[in-house]
Amino acid sequence: MSRYELRFSGAGGQGLITAGIIMAKAASIYEGKQAVQSQSYGPEARGGASKSEVIISDGPIDYPKATTVDALLAMTQEACDKYTHDLKDGGILLVDSDLVTKLPTGNYKIISFPIINTAKNEVGREIVANIVALGAMVALTGQVSRENAEKAVLSSVPEAFIELNRKAFSIGFEKALAASA
Amino acid sequence: MSKKVAFLQGNEAAAYGALYAGCDFFAGYPITPSTEVSEVLSAELPKTGGKFLQMEDEIAAMAAILGASLAGAKVLTSTSGPGLSLKQELIGYGCIAEIPCVVYNVMRGGPSTGMPTGPSQSDVMCAKWGTHGDHPAICLVPASVQETYEEVIRAFNLSEKYRTPVMVMPDEIVAHMRERIVFPEPGEVEVVPRKSPTVPPEQYKPYDTSFGDVPPLAAFGSGYKFHVTGLNKMQDGFPTTKAEIVQAEEERQVRKVDANIDDIVTFEEYLLDDADVVVVAYGSTSRSARYAVNVAREQGIKAGMFRIKTFWPFPDKQIKALAGKVKGIVIPEMNLGMCSLELERCAQGKVPVLGIFRVDGEPINPDQILAKIKEVK
Repeated sequence: MSRYELRFSGAGGQGLITAGIIMAKAASIYEGKQAVQSQSYGPEARGGASKSEVIISDGPIDYPKATTVDALLAMTQEACDKYTHDLKDGGILLVDSDLVTKLPTGNYKIISFPIINTAKNEVGREIVANIVALGAMVALTGQVSRENAEKAVLSSVPEAFIELNRKAFSIGFEKALAASA
Repeated sequence: MSKKVAFLQGNEAAAYGALYAGCDFFAGYPITPSTEVSEVLSAELPKTGGKFLQMEDEIAAMAAILGASLAGAKVLTSTSGPGLSLKQELIGYGCIAEIPCVVYNVMRGGPSTGMPTGPSQSDVMCAKWGTHGDHPAICLVPASVQETYEEVIRAFNLSEKYRTPVMVMPDEIVAHMRERIVFPEPGEVEVVPRKSPTVPPEQYKPYDTSFGDVPPLAAFGSGYKFHVTGLNKMQDGFPTTKAEIVQAEEERQVRKVDANIDDIVTFEEYLLDDADVVVVAYGSTSRSARYAVNVAREQGIKAGMFRIKTFWPFPDKQIKALAGKVKGIVIPEMNLGMCSLELERCAQGKVPVLGIFRVDGEPINPDQILAKIKEVK
């Protein structure tokens, strides 16, 4: 069965649950696949390790959590240390190169670029780092088309921030392509 | 025209299900992991003239929905374990006074405040035994976002049909995960209205059994006046200690559910026809079970799943029949063995009941279930 598993991980408040929701929405509403998004976080409103998992499939999805992860985003060192154990052999690992300096050993396809810094300096607002990361994950995983993912992003953000998010998504997508080339 | 679809969380779906069922009054006190129900209804109810009340605590919220229901509203509260504990006295009041209401409880770790953001299935016994005394209990345990929507509608229907509180209890995973949901059109899913009195106010008795085991309930404010109490009561609603009346009324209240088990109990049978091993599962755990059963089948093991959709009343008849057919029952649950006790009761020693009990805040994964399936000889 065509089960594809993604995990978005980092610290609470970085918007990773939102990124996961948008990825799943892109697959389920716009791409015509099936998707389930789930999450796990601590009681803190900010900080603490946080993860959001997305399962994408052509058929019905039973177990809603990850079994062996195909693609993982780690936005903090803590998340990278904690959540890479079940990344599959040959799986994709995207990290923020400023925050994750100690990389796991293993046969992974590792892509790194300064995600938060890109949001801050190239897009203009640090708050859209999650969308930069999402754009990158869309490019790296190929589970949903760029167009459908962008539709899902734009339908999930407030009107006033559409252009900001469109830019964040686009830059993230391009950076990941360049970094993995 | 194609149907409306959305990508929603279980809790959000529950709120929209309540609106479909005609819920026009919600009172609650926010608590993780059920707060999204309040969030949605606080925005949606006022749009159609409904009332949303955030009360000072869970007890007051339960009292508010009972009062509103007696005034003719279709009512909901939402909570989680600690709130469910607080509501118990008034849930009992709802049972004896026979007040339709829906209690949506998302199961997180416990006892007490436990693990607020962790999943659990440890409130299922509380749904039946949390309040004291003999009383009817109906508890639904959905396993997907779509099913949460549908089961909330069914809960409203059952509460009106049997004039009793009904609980819907997703675990935290079902409540917080997001899936695509397809909304039914208005009129597509049955919505059961409350049975209103056919007699004039001066002849009305709130527990008049000449109308059957579920007497019509008048709305306060509609000209009908009657007495409501938590004491054992007579047909006119006033208290009594007369032995034969108390015995008959208690029996009738429980019979409302017991005599209608086939109308209330729902379940799913998956690959059971030739199964040697049956995994009995409910809520999100049934999704792990389905995965494990599929893998077991690929490996040549004749495994199947019985998925409980209605936890109370318990599907005794079905489990007893299964126990006579299979070599073993596997029960994975996020508690230290609650459904397991019911299965052992139904299996009556005919087959082993093997439990997988997990309370560490992590879901039971398919590998654990597969390993247990293989232990059945």
